[in-house]
Amino acid sequence: MQKASVSTTAPTLAHGPKTRLAWVGQGFLLILAVLALYIVVRNLIQDPVQFGQIIIGGLQLGFVYALIALGYTMVYGIVKLINFAHGDVFMVGAFVSFFSVTKFNLESWPAVVFPGLPAAVVVVIGTLTVILLSMIVCTVLAITIERVAYKPLRDAPRIAALITAIGVSFFLEYFGALKFVFTPEFIPYPSPFTVVTFYINNGIQMMVPGKPLPGHVVTFTSIFVIFIVATLLVQFLLQYLVHRTKIGIAMRATSFDKPAARLMGINVDQVISFTFAVGAAFAGLGGVLYAIAYSSIWTQLGILPGLKAFVAAVVGGIGSIPGAFVGALIMGLAENLTMGYISTPMRDAVAFTILILVLLIRPTGLFGEPEKEKA
Amino acid sequence: MRAYKVFSVLALIAMLVAACTPAAAPTAAPTTPPQQTAPTTAPAAPATAPAASSGGTLKVAILAPLSGGQPTFGVSTRDGALLAIKQWNAKGGVLGMQIVTDVEDSQCLPDPAVNAANKVINQDKIHYIIGEVCSAASIPVSDIANAAKVIQMSPTSTNPLVTVDQNGQTKQYIFRACFIDPFQGKVGAKFAVDTLKAKTAFIMYNQSSDYVRGLAEAFEASFTQLGGKIVGKETYTNTDTDFSAILSKVSTASPDLVYLPDYYNIVNLVTKQAKQMGIAAPFMGGDGWDSADLDVAAADGGYYTNHYDPGDTRPEVQNFLKDYGAEYSGKVPDALAALAYDATNLLLTGIQNAGADDTTKVATALQNIKFDAVSGTITYDAQHDPIKSAVVIHVTGGKKEWVATIAP
Amino acid sequence: MGLIDIFTSLVKIIAVLAYVYGLLWVLGKSSRWVKIAGILVAFGIIQLVITVNIGGSPIFNGFDLGLLFQACSMTMVALGLNLIYGFNGQFSLGQYGFYGIGAYTAADITYRWINGDARGLIVVLSGVIIVGLMIFGLRQIIHRYRGIPVLTQFTLYLVGTILAGIVAVYIGRGIAPAINPLLGTNLVPGALAQGIPLQVVFFLAIICAGVFAAETSFLFGLPVLTLGSDYFGIATLGFTIVVNTLMLNSDTILPFPEMKGGRGMIGIPKLTTWFWAFVFLVLVIVVMRNIIRSSSGRTIMSVREDEVAARAMGVDVADTKLISFMVGSLFAGIGGAIYAHYIGFLSPNTFNFLLSFNPLIIVVFGGLGSMSGTIAATFGWTFFLEGLLRNLLGTMGTDAPTWRYVLYPVTLLVVMLIRPQGLLGTTEWGFLKDILIKPRVKPQVAAPGPIAPAESQQGLD
Repeated sequence: MQKASVSTTAPTLAHGPKTRLAWVGQGFLLILAVLALYIVVRNLIQDPVQFGQIIIGGLQLGFVYALIALGYTMVYGIVKLINFAHGDVFMVGAFVSFFSVTKFNLESWPAVVFPGLPAAVVVVIGTLTVILLSMIVCTVLAITIERVAYKPLRDAPRIAALITAIGVSFFLEYFGALKFVFTPEFIPYPSPFTVVTFYINNGIQMMVPGKPLPGHVVTFTSIFVIFIVATLLVQFLLQYLVHRTKIGIAMRATSFDKPAARLMGINVDQVISFTFAVGAAFAGLGGVLYAIAYSSIWTQLGILPGLKAFVAAVVGGIGSIPGAFVGALIMGLAENLTMGYISTPMRDAVAFTILILVLLIRPTGLFGEPEKEKA
Repeated sequence: MRAYKVFSVLALIAMLVAACTPAAAPTAAPTTPPQQTAPTTAPAAPATAPAASSGGTLKVAILAPLSGGQPTFGVSTRDGALLAIKQWNAKGGVLGMQIVTDVEDSQCLPDPAVNAANKVINQDKIHYIIGEVCSAASIPVSDIANAAKVIQMSPTSTNPLVTVDQNGQTKQYIFRACFIDPFQGKVGAKFAVDTLKAKTAFIMYNQSSDYVRGLAEAFEASFTQLGGKIVGKETYTNTDTDFSAILSKVSTASPDLVYLPDYYNIVNLVTKQAKQMGIAAPFMGGDGWDSADLDVAAADGGYYTNHYDPGDTRPEVQNFLKDYGAEYSGKVPDALAALAYDATNLLLTGIQNAGADDTTKVATALQNIKFDAVSGTITYDAQHDPIKSAVVIHVTGGKKEWVATIAP
Repeated sequence: MGLIDIFTSLVKIIAVLAYVYGLLWVLGKSSRWVKIAGILVAFGIIQLVITVNIGGSPIFNGFDLGLLFQACSMTMVALGLNLIYGFNGQFSLGQYGFYGIGAYTAADITYRWINGDARGLIVVLSGVIIVGLMIFGLRQIIHRYRGIPVLTQFTLYLVGTILAGIVAVYIGRGIAPAINPLLGTNLVPGALAQGIPLQVVFFLAIICAGVFAAETSFLFGLPVLTLGSDYFGIATLGFTIVVNTLMLNSDTILPFPEMKGGRGMIGIPKLTTWFWAFVFLVLVIVVMRNIIRSSSGRTIMSVREDEVAARAMGVDVADTKLISFMVGSLFAGIGGAIYAHYIGFLSPNTFNFLLSFNPLIIVVFGGLGSMSGTIAATFGWTFFLEGLLRNLLGTMGTDAPTWRYVLYPVTLLVVMLIRPQGLLGTTEWGFLKDILIKPRVKPQVAAPGPIAPAESQQGLD
């Protein structure tokens, strides 16, 4: 011990107030930032329509990430577990809705029960039922996973729970790929309602299928609108839940200090289960919307969105609900802008570079509370 | 020191055992099929090796990605191959021998594929392999199989380097049932220029898929050669689902044609998003499009090159479609199933023609084969690539219609 | 099933068990000569089962040997991760990235060599040396001036590396033409491209691959190691993904047409023999054991136990993390080089980020901070997943193989639920117990997990 410390006395990473040559590193970052800004601005001026299209695609991707990231951020905020199975819960949500639409025609139940209803109401109620069923199934699944795979390990090293999370994730993917469970195939997803496209040309207009667009215009679909509405709704709901309700207070208390919360009479296990359940419900919602938007599902569709959503949650500051939202939008936009203007393959590189840079500048993420000085 | 003693004793026993074995070798000649479940290292070989011609069984291994990233492809391939084997067995087998299959999971990855190949070759002493699906797994397997003089018949590995080594030497024991990348790309480009009169094309391809990339490169080369212009080239990865950024570039470039030689799952995603963005240019692809799950509404107006036309009235095609549906509860086969079916039939016919379970003779027989497969009449060229004509299918009004047959 | 089959199976099992035991023997306390004898016996046993024939084929057939090679290279990767995570407490998912870097580097060197191009070896060798010297020199300077922020250091090192790389390329251009005529071509190998010279090049390639991976890990680790534990894990996962992207585009974004990008690199000479795999595995084990047992090993573990206390004792925490990260990556690079020359074909899909959980799973199975556990777990894992499951399911019909990756996660779950601390926990198997510092016993943080010290400060808001 003595020997080792003698040879390396000077701490390399300065934490003290006096820093030298900081401009070199800051200059490096500045060059990167200016370069990125230059690319974006140049392309904005060159072709604003394409730019708008890319932004809309990026936002849509960001909303998908946001719905998944909420579950990650809440679970991590409370039990400090990277719940790798969360992306697969999202996948299950998509599949449940697929079966409820194709096998049981759940989306048209209002028309069967109340034959007189107008078509628009039928579609809305039917779709909401499909979504609700997926959310319920996902909730039940998440609670089961939590009880079986994580709860017994609550006092074990955290890594053990992480490994079981990976195990659960593999299990859901490969068990789902068996022929008699879901399917090993990529299957086209029948949307419970017709997706319409709008374009911006002297105001917002609806595209008529088969009729060509009036030139080069920005388009977006009704799914995009639904995504915005759903994500914002969820966002406000969660804010209310966490800050205004009893269980929200219990969640925050548990996240802040588990033993103390237990002493205060909070049923910590129940709170944790509840957190998993809420996160899974939103993942289920995300799964259905994702399936409708991209209309092709298979058992491994949750892996990458899940991972990106976690990255988004970290960028936004883990444990923070608005942070997850903002982080997800940043990730989605960054990805699409990279795909559009730099190079498609480097998309992930850019995403993770952003993560690393954000963490270097703000170690707890954009919205995370700054860590207190370590003693 | 106690531990060391235990270790030495173990080592000694092992060495003794090893030393004794050659003497014991000739005494036992096991003929029973392997039903063992020996632990860890490996249950021993069934050791039925050369005895196969004694009217017993012929063993064929199927290497397919049944787990991992591409379970779809593996399951289709396995089902197609198993159907062919079942039909042969019903007809009395090959050379009077019933065919026994050994299905192995190879995950589309080199390591598991190599392990699976090593197992079936070294341990189960199987002389015939059908698989793998992906070139990335077929290439390392082909090295092993060729060295062990085991016939490998890949149904769908399109990379030329599966049957040819890096020096241009053909691997004697390796065959395939599908087109190689350059051929399909060339056919696509020819059709695009001659029939569709396309002047500009936009290429989208999956950078992590060997097959897709091969086709895209071949198309690009041929299309440029024929006087067309590539106005854009964009890549994506296996896991992408959002193509809006790429499609916005397509929309800006407004080409006459978008070449998208990927599997139907990606095609569904891209064409649907393209329709939503109002892109009117027709899409064109390769045999990966061939699936019952192709979203014909989204891909409407698209063209793809394929091995066969499902509407073809040849009995091979119609019987295959009928039998496949009957066997797998009404499923419509995709390209992978059809090719696996063809690959299996080719291999077994080769064995039949060779007249013996001798891989060198079978290789020669396959080299000279002329076989009426689902995907056309197949003969082999010097590189062990099948010579067969391609068809171009037009997706229109919810149907897939034949438009042209292009001979090699 | 014949008697002879049971017999060969038994011999195989005993041989592998004896071999693994022999490897663990290196970790023991007995005298040097006993150890050398033990390890030689372990080597000899496997050599014996490879050479001795029963009924026309060797006891250890190609299948078993393939598994053994895979287990050997995976052991190196997993041991490296155990040093980073188990002993130093840095939760890393980047091990497969370094594994891939090692594999591609070594493969490129030998591939070019046998195809009549000496540039691969010369550029990488000189590059690795120059970058090493540059890092060493810059470190001396940076250490002298306190208070240089990490980002500045990183920028300086990055510029240095780029310059060094350019120099190395020019050195390669200068020297290679002189050697190239001696190499011949792939079909007609020259004097230097076969026999012992080729083996020497192979050896150099492995070393270069390892050092290259280590230097990459230095550059990457310098800024990233300052992140908190789980954040570091995600950043390293990002590293694996980026490396994989670069592999997929090695012929378009990177200037290496012979790697063929996503189509996979073919024609790598299959030079890995049992001898090389064994030598490098033992080398890795011995080096790691010596590090752990030395004062630097105790420094490494002190950082895991309590960073603040370690800093108070005068330990340079940042440096210690960097060193363990580099050594761990070195091992991964060597493992990759061995792997590349065993399989003879490299595809980017092999280094997919989903597979990068494999070493983590192995290390946790074996027990964090337990070398013997890692070694045993790697062999167990390889022979379970590829050997046992494949054999069992292969005999159970045509639908059974689809279950392989269903049974695997179930096993994972069950094992973790039964033994959350892993096979051996933080202890070693018998003989190393008393040498290593016993970890602090405290139920919540008994084993090193990615636990942020300021765990309670982040709330939901």
